[in-house]
Amino acid sequence: MSLIQIHDLTRRYVMGTETVHALRGVSLSIERGEYLAIMGPSGSGKSTLMNLLGCLDTPTSGYYELNGTNVAHMDDNSLAEIRNREIGFVFQSFNLLPRSDSLHNVELPLIYSGIPYSERREKAIQALTNVGLLDRMHHRPNELSGGQRQRVAVARALVNNPSIVLADEPTGNLDSRTGEEILGLFETLSRRGNTIIVVTHEEEVAQHARRIIRIRDGLVAADEINSNPRTV
Amino acid sequence: MNLLTEIKEAVLIAWAALRGNTMRSILTALGIIIGIVTVTLMGTAITGLNNAFKKSIAGIGADTLFIQRFSWFTGEEEWRMSRNRRELSLQHARDVERLSTFAAAVSVESNGNGTVSLDRKQAKGVFVAANNENSLIVRGLTLSSGRWLSASDVQAGRPVCVLGSYLAERFFPQGGVIGGRVKLNDIPYDVIGVIDKQGTFFTGFNLDNQIVIPISRFTRELSRWPDLTIQVKVRDIQELGDAKEELRGIMRKLRRVPPGAKDDFAINQQDALISFFNAIGGTVAAVGLFITGLSLFVGGIGIMNIMFVSVAERTKEIGIRKAIGAKRRTILIQFLVEAASITLGAGILGLLIAWPLTLVVDHYLAAAMPWWLVGIALLVSVMTGVVSGFLPAWRAARMDPVEALRAE
Repeated sequence: MSLIQIHDLTRRYVMGTETVHALRGVSLSIERGEYLAIMGPSGSGKSTLMNLLGCLDTPTSGYYELNGTNVAHMDDNSLAEIRNREIGFVFQSFNLLPRSDSLHNVELPLIYSGIPYSERREKAIQALTNVGLLDRMHHRPNELSGGQRQRVAVARALVNNPSIVLADEPTGNLDSRTGEEILGLFETLSRRGNTIIVVTHEEEVAQHARRIIRIRDGLVAADEINSNPRTV
Repeated sequence: MNLLTEIKEAVLIAWAALRGNTMRSILTALGIIIGIVTVTLMGTAITGLNNAFKKSIAGIGADTLFIQRFSWFTGEEEWRMSRNRRELSLQHARDVERLSTFAAAVSVESNGNGTVSLDRKQAKGVFVAANNENSLIVRGLTLSSGRWLSASDVQAGRPVCVLGSYLAERFFPQGGVIGGRVKLNDIPYDVIGVIDKQGTFFTGFNLDNQIVIPISRFTRELSRWPDLTIQVKVRDIQELGDAKEELRGIMRKLRRVPPGAKDDFAINQQDALISFFNAIGGTVAAVGLFITGLSLFVGGIGIMNIMFVSVAERTKEIGIRKAIGAKRRTILIQFLVEAASITLGAGILGLLIAWPLTLVVDHYLAAAMPWWLVGIALLVSVMTGVVSGFLPAWRAARMDPVEALRAE
């Protein structure tokens, strides 16, 4: 069974008197362990698709099954629980809590899933070790470089063992060398069996993935296998 | 995620947020601090007033009926109608004592003002109480030394007196008060006893600045037709109602009130005074607490305002937390705890400020801050935080994660 199954997903926004059709019927299935890039120019609907895949938003119509659960019409609180359990987000602007140190930032998903203190601490430290930031455990985001911040974010995304790592322009705020570093981290994760979805408008970034889905005007324009992915 | 972890996490967040905005937090808290200080002071003052009253009223026995010309509580109308009533006489008192079956003791009292002197020392405006031999029991007094007026003192109208402790100390600082002799309006009296210290009535009247002389002496020397009060101590407080009816019958007969006519006297009792005071005290307390409560309310609005600002400022943070898995409840609790932390902190500070001020109040009203008021003040502070923080917190909890993440 596929990890993600999407059928005829649409999303409309009403903005004033105008209705925006952001997604016009997208069908997809994504298998466990895939490294996938979703590409498209701005306004193509790729962000909307990402929000739906990440359970941050619900579709106007259509079917979305994530890890065996139909999440298309869940309420706010149930979606929060799904996000906590199934999805690890990596954002363009890192989105770390500015007043908390790395350790607490990484611990946060575990706090929300009710993991007791000692287990939580242990897991968070392990996750930070995995991204090579054990020595930055007690640094706050403003004491870290961009690459380090993004690695904290990756550690946070992974700490709860989610089904998917969902990265939205993960290299967008990084210089190309640091960007490569993060993409290298994704490769490692992918080799370990994590499912990774990267949303990007940069061809170079997308070329690291083994499957590329191109979105245009709210529809899937292309769904291709990248037989020769770039490596770092 | 269980509630306890949620609250623990929320407290940490709140602490970090408040520390990050120290000045703003202090200014916001100021409104609550002032509110708590005023409410606490008002509460203390009201408690003090009640205590003072209860202490004073305790001297007036609950088991005692007061036969007097006038009722203690009369309107102007009633006063005009009843002011021509005849005085009560000593004979009335003797007859009541003879006829009443419920009375344990009957005392007569009148009072006036006089000047007490000894050699060069002089005290003007001293409260002169004219009593009989039963008055010690009926008035619920105790003596620190000597004896009370005897039946023969009263019958013969002997020039003897019992002094309040203040006068005793003033005129006999070296002791030797019993057997001493003072002058009341230039007539010498032998001191036979001293009353135990009683303190001050809640009106500020010093109960220890009094001199007690036999009623018969009083009518002879100070006032020929005094306004008398006949105090009847009832054998059993349960029979107070029956005793009152009996006394009414006796008095009507003695004063030859025709059937159907209104009483030309009044029988007063303590509970009327208590209920009168409670009515006044209740109103004073309600109005006082309401007015001071307003300042707390204003403080609460300040909290609400600043929490709206705080929520708006941290939209991004709310978005991140929601993306990572925070439920509505978690966000709601986070902001409620933050608001409640400000107000609880303010409450504690308010109490710390109010405490020395209550000691000042205490100087006038014997009103130490009661412990329950501390509890209530803290509870009220937390509630103010929760109530005024609710709308902002609710707004935060309901934010759409996509929108919130987009905020800068």
